[in-house]
Parts: sequence; structure tokens; C-alpha cells
Amino acid sequence: MIAHVHDNINYLKTKKGLMSWLVTVDHKRIGMMYLASILLFFITGGTFAFLFRLELWSPLKDFLTPDQYNQFFTLHGVIMVFLVVVPGIPAALGNFFVPIQIGAKDLAFPKLNLTSLYLYWIGAGIALWSIVAGHADQGWTMYAPYSLSQNPAVLWMMVAAFILGFSSILTGLNFIVTMHTMRAPGMTWYRMPLFLWAMYATGIMQIFATPVLAITLLLLLMENFFGIGIFDPALGGDPLLMQHFFWFYSHPAVYIIVVPGFGITSEIIAAFAKKDIFGYRFVAYSSVAIAIIGFVVWGHHMFVAGQSELADTIFSFLTFFTAIPSAIKVFNWTATLYKGSIDLKTPMLYALQFLWNFTIGGLTGIILAILSVDIHLHDTYFIVSHFHYVAMGSTMIAFIGGIHYWWPKMTGKMYNETVGKLASITVFIGFNVTFFVQLIMGSLGSPRRYYHYWDQFQIYHQISTVGVVILAVGLFTALINLIVSLWKGATAPANPWGAKTLEWQTDSPPPLYNFTETPIVTHGPYAFETEKA
Amino acid sequence: MDNAKTFWLPEKASTFTSIVDPAFDLYLWISVFFFGLIVILITVFTFKYLRRRPDQLATAQITHNLTLELSWTIIPLIIVMALFFVGMKGFLHMRVAPSGYMQVNVKGQKWSWSFEYPAGAVNDTLVVPVNTPVKLAMTSRDVIHSFFIPAFRAKADVLPNRWNAIWFQATRTGVFPVECTQYCGTNHSYMWTAVKVVEPDVYQEWLANASDPGKGKTPEQFGALLYQKRGCNACHSIDGSKGVGPSWKGLYGRQETTNMGMVMVDEAYLKESMMVPTAKVVTGFQPVMPVFQGVLSDREIAALMAYIKSLK
Repeated sequence: MIAHVHDNINYLKTKKGLMSWLVTVDHKRIGMMYLASILLFFITGGTFAFLFRLELWSPLKDFLTPDQYNQFFTLHGVIMVFLVVVPGIPAALGNFFVPIQIGAKDLAFPKLNLTSLYLYWIGAGIALWSIVAGHADQGWTMYAPYSLSQNPAVLWMMVAAFILGFSSILTGLNFIVTMHTMRAPGMTWYRMPLFLWAMYATGIMQIFATPVLAITLLLLLMENFFGIGIFDPALGGDPLLMQHFFWFYSHPAVYIIVVPGFGITSEIIAAFAKKDIFGYRFVAYSSVAIAIIGFVVWGHHMFVAGQSELADTIFSFLTFFTAIPSAIKVFNWTATLYKGSIDLKTPMLYALQFLWNFTIGGLTGIILAILSVDIHLHDTYFIVSHFHYVAMGSTMIAFIGGIHYWWPKMTGKMYNETVGKLASITVFIGFNVTFFVQLIMGSLGSPRRYYHYWDQFQIYHQISTVGVVILAVGLFTALINLIVSLWKGATAPANPWGAKTLEWQTDSPPPLYNFTETPIVTHGPYAFETEKA
Repeated sequence: MDNAKTFWLPEKASTFTSIVDPAFDLYLWISVFFFGLIVILITVFTFKYLRRRPDQLATAQITHNLTLELSWTIIPLIIVMALFFVGMKGFLHMRVAPSGYMQVNVKGQKWSWSFEYPAGAVNDTLVVPVNTPVKLAMTSRDVIHSFFIPAFRAKADVLPNRWNAIWFQATRTGVFPVECTQYCGTNHSYMWTAVKVVEPDVYQEWLANASDPGKGKTPEQFGALLYQKRGCNACHSIDGSKGVGPSWKGLYGRQETTNMGMVMVDEAYLKESMMVPTAKVVTGFQPVMPVFQGVLSDREIAALMAYIKSLK
């Protein structure tokens, strides 16, 4: 109603006070609130990991009992998966940049967007309450019938996952509708930044995979209140059915986790190599391909669970296809660097360590699809390491890189570049020391989720624990650097990196409606000039 | 063959190691190649094309190259399809036990394993003969567990509502650890045991002893155990009270009236009553006792008789 008054005032200053944030429908403010919440949970989940990693310094009791250890890894898993990496990039950075990158004022459904934030907070509250009050220790995978003995913790955790799922569905739906209907004049599909293609692919998965969580919850409720045997063998149910339901959601969720990271990496590499992304369409399509293939590979989590050999074989076959779009992306990003003008600023350091980590995460995933080898590696530290290379080493590294990349835009402040680089290198070293050694102890036969382990594995555990200390130092350095910049940082220019996508064509931070004039798009997202010979 | 643990894999002690380990090693080298390729390219490009002046631009904008892109789509596709076949072939071999296997039933429960042999032996460690295919039919008494022998490269989940099976053939004697690899609660990480691989003659001797629960007991003690285990106690009291059958208290040496006349209860009559219970039925009781011919061994019969004799 008074939009024109605020045309040139940045979104942080349009209104003041707590209430102006809590009832805002501005996608940027909602994105910032998501970002703060997710980072808070990241610290919480990380603290639990840090503590049980210290406990694993020796094979016997250091300071946690077996039950506490079991609860800690459950807390770590549930918080990190459901509250951090799954919502992570789309809810925080996607919310902020999807409308701006297509030249729109906001998302298609701003109130729905605020609703999804509140659902996230409610779901997070229930999840934390269920695991703390219920002393839940069933791990984030919640396999029946062990998890059923954890009643009512497992029921509440499913309720939480269901509500969080709804939050996720609403965000995905909002992004898809926004990209279909609100692109600025001239913003064709193939002029969209690759981050948006990644958000689109993620949206598809969020919408189609998440409802299965609701079905699972409904069946659990029926079992619990009417005694209908569905998952509990004591009632004649089948625990494998629960695994099927769980992975039908959770496998696409793994790609919900990683695909947004692909998007950020594309943006950063283009901006800091001053290059058009090599094979833009292959990279865009490969995000969509991963989203589709991701729906038909869930059975590879169950190669030793007792499904038929035929099912094992089919799922193995299909799983290998996920390697192709992932490989395409890595090769294309590498090729983008060729003949570029590469600037090793903090975001680029994160993008390059993403390439390193994701190559390891991807390669260690392919070996798990080899049926005969998976029999040996299943449920060992090898798996733990593999998915941390993807979820932490790839997704969270891309997320942190994206935060650095867009920090000047979001806050209007420049962080200290030297500290940022040092933190990035420390994170890289800490992460790889922590997790590479877990690949070795896993293939040597050390099972995951072991409080007590054999002496021969102690050296690996100790290296891993040293790594996690380095990692924690790096992450806190990065965080403090960002926070300090809010007070001490230099004022950010509109386009500090010389990037070409639309968010850099508006002010830092952007005004309430993102652009003072609707932008007209005449070229692709990475139309960098070439050096004159 | 070198059976020792390598940098990546545990010691080798079953035929599966010749399936899993070569596939693992092959893949390891493929990974090293591609990882090395990516890292070298990134490093070379980064330093060769490093921005040295703030306004430096890229020297070329190459948007795509179809040949290159198709080649790094198709070559990985061929490689992963080959890996699929390697994995499937090995896997099907690992899932289907050859004929002539020896079966042991495995029961998992929080937080222990028990191994049941066809001859009746029940043990808390798995003892198997070397160079013999062994099939494990496995089920759980409570939650899901997983049975993993790293040195054999063998693993399967153990579920409460079904029987999952694995098989293996040990290639050398020794003691190899067994781990539970599916999270099952407080003492999950303590749910481990061992598989002991021995020479066939040692195995036979062990099995005979393990199948013989009377070992180390006096005949009376063994008889008391059988009185419980064979269900004698359901009908025969040992305190003189009347049950479905006569009490065993003071039975030996007594004169009984039967449908065939007076009988002196001695070894001959006791054995006859176990083998052919209806031959001479004591007056006042129904001829309902099950036949134990072929169920009880001579040692068990002797132990039961010794036990009855001791109940004065």
C-alpha cells in the first residue's frame, strides 16, 4: 500500500521491531529467519557429534554411558537430517534468492511461505521434545520394531517429520509456481541461473516424496491405536515394510539434500572464474535427471535386509544411473575452469573443496551399488563416511560457500577475506581428516553406531576425533568472521564479485521489492566478457 | 594366497574374499584414476588461469562441446554397467548356497547370539569345519540385528518375523570375529561373538561333545536334567503326589499291580515302560504315555533310571 515510499530502503530497514519480522511476508526476511534457525540447529547437532566423537577416543567409557552415546548419535542424526540439511539451502538461500534471480518481487505465495517457516519451527520443537523427553535412541532411521519399543517417542518423531515435511512441500510448491509464473520479461528457462534449476528439481522431489512420510505416520497411528499389525512383527506386521516406506522418502531426501548444493557450486564457479558454465544444459538437465532417478533407487539401502535377490539386482542396476548425472556435473564444473580468470576468494575455496569432497562422496557411493561389495561394506563406517562426504562435505560446504557468496547481498556487509579463507582451509583439512579415515576403518569391518569398539580401530577413531576438533575450529572461525562483519564489516557494493546474475544488479541489501524497476533480461546468467587478445 | 589384512580390507578366511576383494580393488583403482584426474585438472586450471590482475577476464567463453559432453556421459555409463555385472554375478553366487551344505540355525536376541546344530547342540559361538559350505538360517527373538563376519565378507540382517539366510565356506582354520551391524539398543556394540573354523575331525569331535549335554554330569544329575527337558515332569511327580502317571518317588523296587499282573519295578520294567509304555500299565492309570523308542539314547535311558533309583 505504501510500497513506493520504501522503494529505495533496504529490506532490513523497512520496518523495525521483533513483530515486523514475525509477521513479515517478505521472502528475504523469511529466508534470513530460516538461515538463523538452521545455523542454530547446525551448531546444536554438531555439538552432539563433537561430544560422541570425543567419547570414541578410547574403546571404553570416557564420559558417556552406552545409552547416552546412543541418544547423542540419534540427536545428531535427527537434527542434522530433518532440521539442517533437508530444509537447509532451499529454505534459507532459496527463499532469499529464487525471486531475485528471476527478477520477481516475491514468491508466488508469500503467506504460504511464512506458514512454512512456522511449520518448521513447530516441527523442530516437537522433534526436539520427542527425543529429549522420550530419551529416544533409535537413530534417525527409526527402524521397526526397535523404534516401536520407543513409544511414544517414535510417534512424536514421525509427527515432527510429517510437519517438517509439510513445511518442505510448501516451500517446494512455492518455488515451482514462482518459477513458472513470475519470471521477469526475457527470463526464459534457459536464461535461469543453475541455482534455480537445482531449486526446481528439489521442489519436484519435495512435493512427490514427502507425502509418503504422511502415509507412514497414518499407518503407525493405526497400528498404535487400533492394534492393526503393519510394521510390528508382534502384531503380525512386517518391519521391512517400514524400511521401504522410510527409504522411499529418505532416498529422494538425500537428493533434496545435495541438489541445491550443485546449484550454489555452479553460481560460485561461474562468478569466480568469470566464465559461462560449460555445458549449461547438461548441468541443468542432470539436476532434473537426478531428481527423477532418485525415486527408483530406495531399495539399495536394503541389500542385506532380506528383500528378494531380484529386487536387489534391479535396485543395483538403477542406482548406477545416478552416477551419470553426478559425473557430468563434476566434469562440467572442472571444464568451466579452463581458460577462466580464477579468483580464489572464500566462496571459490568452498566451491573447490565441494568438488574434492563430492568426487569422493560420489565415488564412494558407486562402490556401494556394487552388490557383492556392498554386502561387506553395508552398515559399517564406510557408509557413515560416504554420506558425510555428501551431506556435510558437499551440501553443507556448498551451503557455507553460498552464505559467504551471498553474505554481502543479504547483509550489506563484507566479511574479512583473509579470515574467511583461513577458515575455509581449516574446514577442508578438518573435514577430510575426520571422515577419510572412516572409509578405511569401515572397509576393515568396523560397524557404525558402536559405542565400544575393538582396540585395532582405536588409531582410526583418534585421527577422526582430532579431525573433528580442527573442523570445529574452522567452522567457528567462519561463523565468528561473518557475525563480526555485521558490526565491523565494510559496506558491500551492489556487485562485489562482478557476477552476472540478477541479484547482483540490485542494491546490497536489496530493497523491499527487490528491484526499483522490473529488470528486463536480454542474455544468459553467465554472460561474462572475454579478454581481448 | 596371502590371507593377512590389507590397508583397506580385513583378513581373508572364506571363498567370498576372492569375489569381493578383487571387485573392491578394481573399483579402488577406477576411483583413484577419476579422483586423480579431477584433482589434477582442477589444480592445473586453477594455477594456470589464476586471476593476476583485478580486471582480468576469461580468455575464452566455451559454452559447450557436444563430443566432450557425450564422451563423459557414455564412458562412465559403460564403466558403471560393467560394475553392475561384476557385482551382480558375485552377489548371486554369495546368495545361493551350493548343494551339500551344512546348516546351522542362528538366533539373535538383545544382545547375544545362539547357534543351533541339527544334532541338537546349542552354542554361543559358531563352530564350523573348514572347506565346507555352511548355510546359516537366521531369525531374531526381538528386534532387527545383523550378522556380519568381516573376515568372510558375509552379512545379512536378522529379522524377528522371517528367516534370512547366508552361506559361506571358510578357507582356513582360526577364530574370526562376528559383529552385530544393525543398531539394536544399549549394548549393540557388545553383541559380538566368534566363528571358530576347525579341521573336520576336530569339528566332529566338538559336535559330538556339544550335542551331549550329559557330559561332565553324574548319571543322576543328567537324569534330573532329562526329567525336565524331556517333559517327564508333566506327568510324573518326584514327591509322591499322584499325577497323570505314577510318582517316581520310591518307585524303584516297589511291587505294582498292572493290567498284566503283579510287577516288580526294576531296570527291565522301567526300560520297557519307556520304550513300550502300554505293555504293562499300572492299575489306576490310563495308557497315555508317549513312546520314547528312538527318542532317548541308551545313555539317556540309563541316566533316567539312575535318577529314578535315587528318588527314595
